[in-house]
Amino acid sequence: MPETIAFLEPKPSVLARRRQIVEDLADILPAGCLISEKRGLVPFETDAFIAYRQVPLAVALPETTAQVAAVLKYCSRYGIPVVPRGAGTSLSGGAIPQSDAVVIGLSKMSRILDIDFANRSATVQAGVTNINISEAVSADGFFYAPDPSSQLACTIGGNIGMNSGGAHCLKYGVTTNNLLGVKMVLFDGTVIELGGKALDAQGYDLLGFVCGSEGQLGIVTEATVRLLAKPEGTRPVLFGFMSSEEAGSCVAEVIGSGIIPVAIEFMDKPAIGICEAFAQAGYPMDVEALLIVEVEGSEAEMEAMLASIIDIARRHGVATIRESQSATEAALIWKGRKSAFGATGRIADYICMDGTVPLSQLSYVLKKTAEIIDGYGLRVANVFHAGDGNMHPLILYNINDPEDAARAEAAGNDILRLCVDAGGCLTGEHGVGIEKRDLMLHQFTQMDLNQQMAARAAFDPQWIMNPSKVFPLEGRPVA
Amino acid sequence: MSMAFEPTSETEAADIIRQAAGAGMALAITGGGTRSGFGNRVRAEQVLSARKLSGIVSYNPAEMTMSAKAGTPMAEIEAALLGNRQMLAFEPMDHRGVMGTSGVPTIGGVFAANVSGPRRITAGAARDHLLGIRFVNGAGEAIKSGGRVMKNVTGLDLVKLLCGSHGTLGLLTEVTFKVLPLPPAAATIVAFGLDDAQAVAAMAHALSMPVEVSGAAHLTESVRYRFVGSSHPEGAATVLRLEGLPASVAVRAEKLKAAFAQVAPATVLDQEATEKLWRDIRDAKPYADGTQKPLWRVSVAPTAGHQLVAALRLQTGVDAFYDWQGGLVWLRMEADAEADMLRRFIKGIGGGHATLVRASDAVRAVIPAFEPEPAPVAALSARIKEKFDPMGIFNPGKMG
Ligand SMILES: Cc1cc2nc3c(=O)[nH]c(=O)nc-3n(C[C@@H](O)[C@H](O)[C@H](O)COP(=O)(O)OP(=O)(O)OC[C@H]3O[C@@H](n4cnc5c(N)ncnc54)[C@H](O)[C@@H]3O)c2cc1C
Ligand SMILES: Cc1cc2nc3c(=O)[nH]c(=O)nc-3n(C[C@H](O)[C@H](O)[C@H](O)COP(=O)(O)OP(=O)(O)OC[C@H]3O[C@@H](n4cnc5c(N)ncnc54)[C@H](O)[C@@H]3O)c2cc1C
Repeated sequence: MPETIAFLEPKPSVLARRRQIVEDLADILPAGCLISEKRGLVPFETDAFIAYRQVPLAVALPETTAQVAAVLKYCSRYGIPVVPRGAGTSLSGGAIPQSDAVVIGLSKMSRILDIDFANRSATVQAGVTNINISEAVSADGFFYAPDPSSQLACTIGGNIGMNSGGAHCLKYGVTTNNLLGVKMVLFDGTVIELGGKALDAQGYDLLGFVCGSEGQLGIVTEATVRLLAKPEGTRPVLFGFMSSEEAGSCVAEVIGSGIIPVAIEFMDKPAIGICEAFAQAGYPMDVEALLIVEVEGSEAEMEAMLASIIDIARRHGVATIRESQSATEAALIWKGRKSAFGATGRIADYICMDGTVPLSQLSYVLKKTAEIIDGYGLRVANVFHAGDGNMHPLILYNINDPEDAARAEAAGNDILRLCVDAGGCLTGEHGVGIEKRDLMLHQFTQMDLNQQMAARAAFDPQWIMNPSKVFPLEGRPVA
Repeated sequence: MSMAFEPTSETEAADIIRQAAGAGMALAITGGGTRSGFGNRVRAEQVLSARKLSGIVSYNPAEMTMSAKAGTPMAEIEAALLGNRQMLAFEPMDHRGVMGTSGVPTIGGVFAANVSGPRRITAGAARDHLLGIRFVNGAGEAIKSGGRVMKNVTGLDLVKLLCGSHGTLGLLTEVTFKVLPLPPAAATIVAFGLDDAQAVAAMAHALSMPVEVSGAAHLTESVRYRFVGSSHPEGAATVLRLEGLPASVAVRAEKLKAAFAQVAPATVLDQEATEKLWRDIRDAKPYADGTQKPLWRVSVAPTAGHQLVAALRLQTGVDAFYDWQGGLVWLRMEADAEADMLRRFIKGIGGGHATLVRASDAVRAVIPAFEPEPAPVAALSARIKEKFDPMGIFNPGKMG
């Protein structure tokens, strides 16, 4: 296990009071809502960034907003760090606890509270899974647009924490563009509501600031999200290319031509092999790169869009074009794509990068990524949201070999620096967490970060909310 | 106030601000000043204008992004976009009509005020299109946030805080935003004679259909002739916009018209008429009336807007029409602004907010332009303000 990323030093004053804290929390919470035995705590020691682990002091699993508020009020009173947690699928270590922290998990708050078709909104508790929302409204012809590949497991609270995206965000936007309001609890137990069913709030856009704040500004307990009418039809089409560069430049030209498909997903040869073995989706195996392009609308509309896209693909030397012929085939195509990370996890350990680059840089960054990976003697599979330049190189390594793990981490850092240097950013949808924290100064100046930290302190003056994340440990304001 | 500061570079702007902060001198922040009558009266000693921080910095049509200095006139931006058949999808309104102001609206002013028009219901607000900013905070420090890529969750999103902050958190010096292709075709379906409640139900139904409505407004009988001519059937006009590829717009228009024809006489407006109509809706044309009658912009849940208006009509003289599927209500009061009643009723129908867009100086002196926030949120906002502008020199009083 690599040890390059540090956590904050645990507070001795908190560790020393461990027994008392557990007793007090047991008084605050109903029976069955507190975990404090080592065996029960272990499942919470990491998230999907499995290279790092920290067993928390205790895990609180409140059932109501009032209970969340009571726990936070208690923790702020004694300066106890708090780590909010949804399903723990964060790929950047955003939900990894620390040894002096109380984890507040939202898993028991998983009810859908209100579905309002006339106003096209749904209000849900933060622990509701992403897919649950779409499933609940599907029969009436609606859906909730942001669809992270982890949507079977991840929660709306976690989606808000990371401002998560997904394959279909190219057209519909990410979480922040589909979030109407939240109820949340601040560090000291104050409950506030931001936004609501009205489209625009006024005053400072605190809702927009909270979305993507990685659990540092408070704990979201309820969310109101926007529902959309399902399109008349959707059709994913596979485009195989003999080089990644051709696929990359095809993406740039499709977008540049003014056509906006619902999704453009990219897989390179290793990713195609992994996903095809898992899902038998009928991906072409003899190509170097594959694009899944999805169009939607009426039959005529899909035909017209596809005709233009196929024209462009031909100009970029497309080798295979395969249209899905049935709903089952379409579902398989997406199953293959959405299980890419899980399927990769079955053949090797991996860390998933998340840099985003301008589309004109896509081919260049793919080529450079391959060179970096070669330089470290590692393997990589690329599978990502190409339409908005959001790259996901999966760096394969062996978690039990510390040297291999250190190499993977170093290669990942090089790739992220490459993305920033190409005019992009460190993370498009997975968040900074601990993973990219120490690279922040590559993208921002200390003055930029100081302003962010000052704004953070407006919400959490004590810095108890998920404090080891996002901001480099050096250069923080001294308490 | 004496001459305005008009810095020509970010460094110069930062120097001015640093000195003002040192001297505790309050600054009124402006772009083109076309909305300067908006918000609460600013108590400032000097004007700091972004006007000369002007020019498009980079425009990459293929990547659908543009960066421009904050003082760039909107006209310059729109001309450049039009040249590539692109647009600002959030349709920022031109406030000059209703405000009775002249001047040159700037891109910085648009984002500082988070101004969005009819396409808000599908394309999002200004804040959804702003990708990155540079600004100078109240200590005179030049800060950047966001970037120029479509997806970016690196660090805390200061872009959102600055967008809609009305010049109270920082002076924007440069903005980078998303642009979209102009739809090649557009049409509007109009249904005549529906009352407010029927219209709201019809609009909700239209937005539940897979036809991608990109504008949904209800033009009540009193304003309807300012928008749609008398050659059409009588009564209020409920209008739904469709945009996209020509063949697709035609098919969807037929579908929507058929659905509407069951409840009311319906017709379809062509592209030219559509473009004019939605520009007029965007700019609240009936209320660009050269008066000082109090004008409110109310944002509530789409199905609540007409309930609010119905309640108000029992109490006072009011004229109204609806955008955003009924959720954006333009309200012109005949006499008093009736702020207390309005804001009380809004709470009663499930919440939202009312912004006083226009009123006489006497009215504006006593009525807060922005909806007062609940105490804990107001406290949070005050702390945010303090973190960006510790000396309180930017637009004092504007949002408070
Ligand atoms: C009648 C009216 C109605 C309005 N309605 C709405 C509305 O419904 N929703 C809404 O969000 N806004 C609304 N506004 C705000 C409107 O203020 C916008 O200001 C507008 O786009 C002005 O462009 P401008 O360059 O003329 O800006 P100005 O009129 O010069 O300034 C507008 C606002 O933005 C600030 N500002 C301008 N440039 C900068 C900059 N570079 N950096 C930081 N702050 C800056 C100013 O301090 C001021 O608060 C309304 C304004 C008016 C007058
Ligand atoms: C196989 C796989 C595929 C994935 N695919 C995608 C993808 O396509 N797109 C994408 O964007 N992400 C993807 N992810 C990443 C991850 O699923 C998302 O970040 C997701 O939103 C996390 O949700 P969660 O409920 O698991 O939250 P957690 O991992 O538990 O927490 C995430 C962050 O949010 C905070 N948080 C959680 N709940 C709350 C709350 N209620 N209030 C405040 N803060 C809170 C946490 O402190 C943490 O910082 C994927 C992950 C995996 C493992």
